[in-house]
Parts: sequence; structure tokens; C-alpha cells
Amino acid sequence: MSQSSPAATAAAAAAAAGLAGGALPMGHPEPPAHPGPEPQPQPAQGYGRVLGLLGLVVTAAGYEVVTRAFFSPRHVPPLGDIVPEAGGLLTDPEFWTATGRTLAVSAIGLVIAAVAGIAIGFGIGSVPWLLKVTSSTLDFLRPVPSIVLIPVLVLVLDVAEITVLLVAVSCFWIVLFQVLYGLRDVDPVAVETARSFRLGRAARTVHVVWPTVLPYLATAFRLMVSVALALALTGGLVMGAAGLGELIWASQEAGEVAAMYALVLLTGAIGIVLDTLARLAERRLLHWHVATRRELVR
Amino acid sequence: MTARRSRALAGARGVGYALGLPVVLLALWWVAGDGSANIFLPSLREILDAFGRVWFSDVFVHDVVPSLWRLAAGYGAALLAGVAAGYVIGRWAVVRALASPALAYFRVLPAPVIIPVLLVAVGIGDTTKLIVIAFGALWPILLNTADGVRGVDEVTLETAAAYRLTGWARHRLVLRAASPQIFAGARQALGVAIILMVVSEMLMSTDGLGFTVIQFQRTFAFPEMWSGVLLLGVLGFVLAKLFELVERYALRWHRGLTGRQEGSS
Repeated sequence: MSQSSPAATAAAAAAAAGLAGGALPMGHPEPPAHPGPEPQPQPAQGYGRVLGLLGLVVTAAGYEVVTRAFFSPRHVPPLGDIVPEAGGLLTDPEFWTATGRTLAVSAIGLVIAAVAGIAIGFGIGSVPWLLKVTSSTLDFLRPVPSIVLIPVLVLVLDVAEITVLLVAVSCFWIVLFQVLYGLRDVDPVAVETARSFRLGRAARTVHVVWPTVLPYLATAFRLMVSVALALALTGGLVMGAAGLGELIWASQEAGEVAAMYALVLLTGAIGIVLDTLARLAERRLLHWHVATRRELVR
Repeated sequence: MTARRSRALAGARGVGYALGLPVVLLALWWVAGDGSANIFLPSLREILDAFGRVWFSDVFVHDVVPSLWRLAAGYGAALLAGVAAGYVIGRWAVVRALASPALAYFRVLPAPVIIPVLLVAVGIGDTTKLIVIAFGALWPILLNTADGVRGVDEVTLETAAAYRLTGWARHRLVLRAASPQIFAGARQALGVAIILMVVSEMLMSTDGLGFTVIQFQRTFAFPEMWSGVLLLGVLGFVLAKLFELVERYALRWHRGLTGRQEGSS
């Protein structure tokens, strides 16, 4: 076993290094998503950017060749068909209306989730016995996929409301648990120090607790943006709630294959824009946080 | 009070805390819902009744088993492909640079939109649903594996080189070091896979859990529908717990390490 021992030591060293970087806090049954800005997929520079562009061109060309050689355009249209269609969509008011609806539904759901999650999270998290009493119930409810609610809700609400609710429910769990993790992370020494300086409960919350929870909330926000978009689209696909999802499903049913692929392509683009905005917002909000500063130095 | 007795007492209190609220909530539902006149909201008694009737019958074989099979196959395929591709991408900078724009795109593409794409490209069938699940679950695993592999400590790699670890031993070492992050990705992927299983069955299926629940709703069989919702919830919970057990076992070296760290700092 002369080999396994250095291997184990080295692996342990690697894990320790990872932890020191705050990459992945373990030791809770459910490790929280890392607080603060996540290690960014580093913006490629120079050489890397050229390679990235090359990779993109190769992927596109490969797709083009494969689709033209092996697939009928009725099943998998080549990019030559999809891209002009996408260009046409960009000037189509119907596309922008649908996009606006989808974004509005995501945003409303997200705001509801944020308000409810923060209120309930702080409510439960700052009362120890309440946390103990509720934790098993919360652990049970969280992994339940929110889409199981669709058949139930269809009976009482209209599809737009259900979609908002789906977004809100899924995002609510993210906020709630991030707030709870954040509260658990509050430094007791800092709290005691604040207390000995005679800071009241409100002042302690503002100056000690809130700055600790904020990075967790920023992480929650970044996660929520993509979850909200995905569920707003699901609402359109499954129930025909007005928006991009419904547009995609309608073009699939109408057999407008190139248009559908173009819509999916643009949906991905919207996802990229939202994700970039969320990261920017996070960086703005947490410019004082160690992780952000470290990243800027790098 | 002896130490053993106080420990037993603490244990009992823990169980009490864990079970208290669920029991109260269920009792409330049982009492408040009993004799409910609202057909949309049947009483808990009716739902549990329907649960036994519906799911402990051949419906289990016709609908639950295919669902679980598709979930397992799709998730398994995603695990294999995701770890393999993520390893290659994380290990070699050139591959990473080449792949990064495409990866950035698929990372943000909401998984459910691939259902209509695959419907057109592959058609309705078991394969389509399987690919949907695999495709959706693939990205969290792949991206986390790539991140984890890239983040392996340089000292580790140099130590491995100094000990002349080659080939398989070296790959195993890197994978082991990246495993906490691989597990984080796999856990995220499990949730995605369950959602995609249900959505794909709601949209295109002749069998499966999602399909059956929608079917009950369309035929106004509300207690049965609720029992299906309950089953889906329990399924999500049980799978998450199972995953946690596997993770805890596989990462026990890592847990021990963090524990010692916390103690010393």
C-alpha cells in the first residue's frame, strides 16, 4: 500500500486547500451554496478568447455538417435555417410581448419569494426553538418538486397565476434556506461585541446580522434568476400560460420547426443576459466582500 | 442524573422536535378536512384511502416502475457522461477554452425547453424522455466536475508526480479530490432530473407518474390525484435522503477533515 498513503494525504491537502478558499463548506448534511460570489468562470483573455471563438466556430460548423448530412430539416434544421429565423423574430413584436410576459412572471414570482423568504427566514432563524420545531418539516417539504402543484392549482387558479406561484414556491425555498444558512453563519463574537457596545436588537440586526446574511442572499438571487426563468417557461409549456414557453410549444405543434429552434436559441440568449445581469448586481452589492475583492486582485 | 440517561432524554427530545410539527399539521388536516364538502380538497382520510387503492396495485407496475426506470437510466447516463466530459474539460486548459462558450450557453439554457426540441428531433417515446432527463441532469454534473477537477490543489498534483503516480492512479486521485464538488453537482442534478421526469410525462406520455396524476385530474378523480401529488412529494424526499446517505458515505474522509479543521481553528 505504498501508493495509497501519499495519494490520501495529497487528496486531503487538496480538500483542505479547497476549504480554505471557501469553495465548499461541508459538515452540514446539506452544505449551503457558497456564500458570496462564486468562483467565476474566468473571463477569457487573449489566447483563451481566440480558442473560445474557434471552439464556437467548430461547434457551429460541426452542427451544420451533421444536420445537413444526417437529419431532415423537419427534425433538426441546420443553423442556416435557424439563424435567419431568429433574426426575423428579433423584429417581431409578438416575440417581444412573449418575452416581456415571461420576464414579468419571473420577476413577480421572484419578488414574492424574496419578501416571503426573507421574512419567514428571519422569523424562524432568529428564534432557536422555532428553528428546531420546524426544521424537519422544512427538510421534508423542500425536495418536493413545485410542479407537482400544477394539477392541484389548475382547479382553482388561472394559468398565469399558477405560473407566478410555481416561480414563487421554487424561489421561496432557495431564499429561505440561504437566509437560514446565513443566520447560522453569524459570528457569535461579533454579536457579543455589539451587545457589549449596547447595540439594541435592531442595531445588531442592521450592523452585524444583515451583512453576514447578505452574501447568502446574493447567492440566492443568482440561483433564483435561472430557476424563475425555467419555471416561467415550464408554465408556458405545460399549461399554455402566455409567454415564451407557450410560443415554443405552439410552434412545435404547428410544425414550424425552424421557428421553434430559433425560439430556443433566443431563450438561451435571454438566459445568458439574465445571468450576466445577476452576477453584475451581485458584484455591485458585495463589492466590500472578501470574495469579490480577492477576485478583482486576481 | 446519569450521563446515559440525560443522553437518552436529549435523544427523545430530538425525536420530539422532529416529529412534533408534522404530527400536529397532519392531525389538523385530518380533523379540519374531515367531512369536507369541497370536492377539490378531499379529506386526508379519503386521500390516504385512495393512496392505498391506487398505488398498491398494478398501477405501480404500469406507471411508477417505468417512471423510476427512466429516471434511473437518464440520471445514470448523465452521471457517466458528465463526470467523463467534466474531467476532460477540467483537466486540459485547451479543451476548456475551446468548450467554454458552448458550456456557458448550455449552463443557462432552461432545461424544460429541450422537451419540444427533442419531441421534434426524436419523436414521442421512452428514448425522448430518457434523453430529456439525461440532458437536463448532465450540465450541473459536468460543470461542477470541471470546476472541481480544475480546482485540485497544485501541491496534490505535484506530489502525485513526485511519487510517480501514473495513469489510472493519478486519474483516481484527481477525481477523489474533486469528488465533493462532483457530489454537489450530482445533488443539484437529481432535483432537475425529478422535475424533468414529471414534466416530460405531463407533456408526452402514455404512462408514468406525471401522466397518471394529470389523468386523474382530467377525470375529476381528486382524492386519487392528491394521492399522486403526495407520492411525488414522498419520492422527491426519499431520493434526496438516499442521495444524502450515499454522499455522506462517499465523502466521509472529507467530513472528518473538515471536522478536525473546525476544531483546530
